Amino acid sequence: MLRYIVRRVLMMIPTLLVISVLVFTIIQLPPGDYLTTMVNELQSQGENVSQERIAYLREEYGLDRNPVEQYLYWVGGLLQGDLGHSFEHDKPVSEVVGDRMFMTMVVAFVTTLFVYVMSFPIGVYSAVRQYSAGDFALSFLGFIGLATPNFLLALILMYLAKAYFGTDIGGLMDARYIDQPWTWGKAMSVLEHLWVPVIVIGTAGTAGMIRRLRANLLDELHKQYVVTAKAKGLAPGKVLVKYPLRMALNPFIADIGNLLPEMISGAVIVSVVLGLETTGPMLLKALQSQDMYLAGSFLMFISLLTVVGTLISDLALAVLDPRIRLEGGRKR
Amino acid sequence: MDHLLAVRDLRVSFRLPEGVVEAVKGVSFTIDPGASVALVGESGSGKSVISQAIMGLLPKAGTIDTGEILLRDPASGQITDIAALDRNSVQMREIRGGRISIIFPEPNTSLSALHTIGDQISEALSLHRAVTRSEALELTAEMLRLAGFPDPQRALRTYPFELSGGLRQRAMIAMALVCHPALLIADEPTTALDVTIQAQILKQIRDLQQELHMALLLITHDLGVVANMAEEVVVIYHGEVMEYGTLDHIFREPSHPYLKALLRAVPRFDMARDERLVPIREIKPNTDNLHTPQHPLPADYDRHRPILSVRNVRKQFRIRATGGGHETRVQAVDDVSFDIMRGECLGLVGESGCGKTTLSKILMQALKPDQGQVSFYDGYRDIDLLALDGRELTDFRQRMQFVFQDPFSSLNPRMTIYDILTEPLVIHKVGTRRQRQTIARELMELVGLDVRYLQRYPHSFSGGQRQRIGIARALALSPELIICDEPVSALDVSVQAQILNLLKDLQKQLGLTYLFISHNLAVVDYIADRIAVMCRGQLVELAPKELLFRRPLHPYTQALLSAVPDPNPDHLLDFERLMLDRASDPLAWPAPFTHHPDAPASLIEVEDGHYVRAAAGTRREELVA
Repeated sequence: MLRYIVRRVLMMIPTLLVISVLVFTIIQLPPGDYLTTMVNELQSQGENVSQERIAYLREEYGLDRNPVEQYLYWVGGLLQGDLGHSFEHDKPVSEVVGDRMFMTMVVAFVTTLFVYVMSFPIGVYSAVRQYSAGDFALSFLGFIGLATPNFLLALILMYLAKAYFGTDIGGLMDARYIDQPWTWGKAMSVLEHLWVPVIVIGTAGTAGMIRRLRANLLDELHKQYVVTAKAKGLAPGKVLVKYPLRMALNPFIADIGNLLPEMISGAVIVSVVLGLETTGPMLLKALQSQDMYLAGSFLMFISLLTVVGTLISDLALAVLDPRIRLEGGRKR
Repeated sequence: MDHLLAVRDLRVSFRLPEGVVEAVKGVSFTIDPGASVALVGESGSGKSVISQAIMGLLPKAGTIDTGEILLRDPASGQITDIAALDRNSVQMREIRGGRISIIFPEPNTSLSALHTIGDQISEALSLHRAVTRSEALELTAEMLRLAGFPDPQRALRTYPFELSGGLRQRAMIAMALVCHPALLIADEPTTALDVTIQAQILKQIRDLQQELHMALLLITHDLGVVANMAEEVVVIYHGEVMEYGTLDHIFREPSHPYLKALLRAVPRFDMARDERLVPIREIKPNTDNLHTPQHPLPADYDRHRPILSVRNVRKQFRIRATGGGHETRVQAVDDVSFDIMRGECLGLVGESGCGKTTLSKILMQALKPDQGQVSFYDGYRDIDLLALDGRELTDFRQRMQFVFQDPFSSLNPRMTIYDILTEPLVIHKVGTRRQRQTIARELMELVGLDVRYLQRYPHSFSGGQRQRIGIARALALSPELIICDEPVSALDVSVQAQILNLLKDLQKQLGLTYLFISHNLAVVDYIADRIAVMCRGQLVELAPKELLFRRPLHPYTQALLSAVPDPNPDHLLDFERLMLDRASDPLAWPAPFTHHPDAPASLIEVEDGHYVRAAAGTRREELVA
């Protein structure tokens, strides 16, 4: 087992290297760089920028060097834990990202929890009572959840809250707490605002998870080993929990790897609509203005999360399922 | 009531979308304490539904309409009507697993893969007995030992997928018996197992039945198993009891036509050379207007040259486990050589895992062997099959076709029968559209199916009909050699007889050559001219069938033959003489058959056409003695 983990961790190195090359190339693909974008912007506002200043900045930011050098400089920094310098904010990337990353994690974690807590009982219920009125109703709701675009749901919720409760639920906290140190009041304010993005971001995931759990469980419910368990005289509820449900859990866990990065990067539009102080909108902005180090380091971080998430879910699967632990990877 | 269990006028129906189906129509029988009763019938006869009704395990759609299932608790003498109990009631759950237990046919799927054997078996104990966890595990280990596990303590911690099929079924038996039930229902307990394992499991069930003094309700379609296990027999057909009596009565004076027909449909070892099985529904192949062979033989071809010649074929598989660097190698096919003559049927017998399917895949060019030659004589020259590729290989495939084991998964459910039958013709660009239509019609007639069925999909056919479609598809290109891989093992006896007769007739009328792979010795005996026995990747004996069955020389062949249950109460299995587990272990064979990696062994001709594998240099006399 230990060997397996070590090998998996070692495998992550080349994977991440390839990703870093891809990320860097894609960011460099659009014509120009951060400075040309900035100059264009300034000129459109009627300001003039002297050529000397541009040349100075270009040298200062290292943009005059060839791409390979720039890449090595960036990756070298990453390896030492230095995420680089954001052009736009004129601060180290780690400082720019810092607080936002924490809020993003909070939103992602609570959303994941929401997805699991909601989808698990509903999925089990729909499978066990297949084709009952409850199954139909919940499946219908689930399909609506799948079919509604997140940002639309966000707009509807915002409208409803404003029209009926008279509150503005945008953002992740009350405006007066933004950029303030953490206090009890700030935390409460976050909790107050959190439920809207959690519902909005989590609905589609919940609906998908319900469908998957239902389908998996339905497949398992009619297997022979379930009949065997019943034939022992085990009560129906205990049979369900101990045997088919356990078997249907695998896809649930296998999903962790995908869930993490999706929650962090996938909710960009919702974050923009709701004005959330998370990393999504920042990534979007960084990509638009070709803020190379900010966007690149951020994408690398998401990739790292995906790779680590996959490893975690694989290890969790191995712990839960002896077939994977004892037989897994056996090949002819 | 003195009986342990009395089923009286039981009627079970299923409410399906298509309407109500009566699966059991007024069945009555009784089981005495400690007795063995067999419920015999073909698939769909309702025999499993009866067992589900007794266990209170009917599917949701099934209901008991009338009738009673009376159980007399041997401990308290109290009589309960199971038919009247709610399936999930506490009372029913106490009976289920506590007083009555069941063993299912498929040991591979009937245990949960995520829980250890010890966990799953001791669970039954903790449900029905007031025991602590450690006591439960101790009793479980004891039961596993009784069920024939060599190391019960270790077995407690193993998962089902780490065990062989035979051991899994033993675990299943241990689970059913751990609470010492008064009645054990064994639903086709050995159908999925090899003959030698089957004999061991049957012996185990019998021994335990005596030791625990419990009654046995054996549900099976195998009359050989019935003859060896049962005292009373209930014959079921379409949900009704056809005949009910003692074992002797059933086998010696069968009175009902269905039972007589069933007995005539089973291949036996003592059949006369030309005796034909009588299927319950015979099919007449119509070969009158068969299309001419695509590869006519020259007039002067060499009749004594084998059509297929296999020499020293070897194939090794590597099994690698991640995590550990160790790699195990399995010699799936080990130095196999044989010939098939034109127009004969060579039977290839062996247990699961002996390499017979790997061999057939090598012959079909689906796998490349590590070593060896395979050549095919087409009447003009020998074709080296292993050197063929591209266009030549595609062309050659017309000469050799395959009939698969599972008639359900080997036909594409989304293609009509017409498409299935003409697909080989399309692939090989044979004929025009119109000609293909004619050929498809002829093929249907050839296997005795109505040409009007051509536009139907596979799901509307029974297993036997599907297998006939599979045979028709193999015949579409007018091949010379057909490899049949267990073509009847998924079918009922009466349908099996039908397919075997069809294959025989087609062989005679079309001059086909067969390689017939099977684990069922009686079936091979019926259809083959010569028989090759395979064990652990090696051919251990090869002989014309009369010689092989009259005088088996190799210990493995002998063990195989002695383990086949004969549907004849006069020829019972000698359970005491079974070579437990050791029959297929080459190291356990006595000299000169012992297979040792260092000592070269080869096939030695003992008498005309009778070869046995033994240590090189062994004299003929030593082998015959």
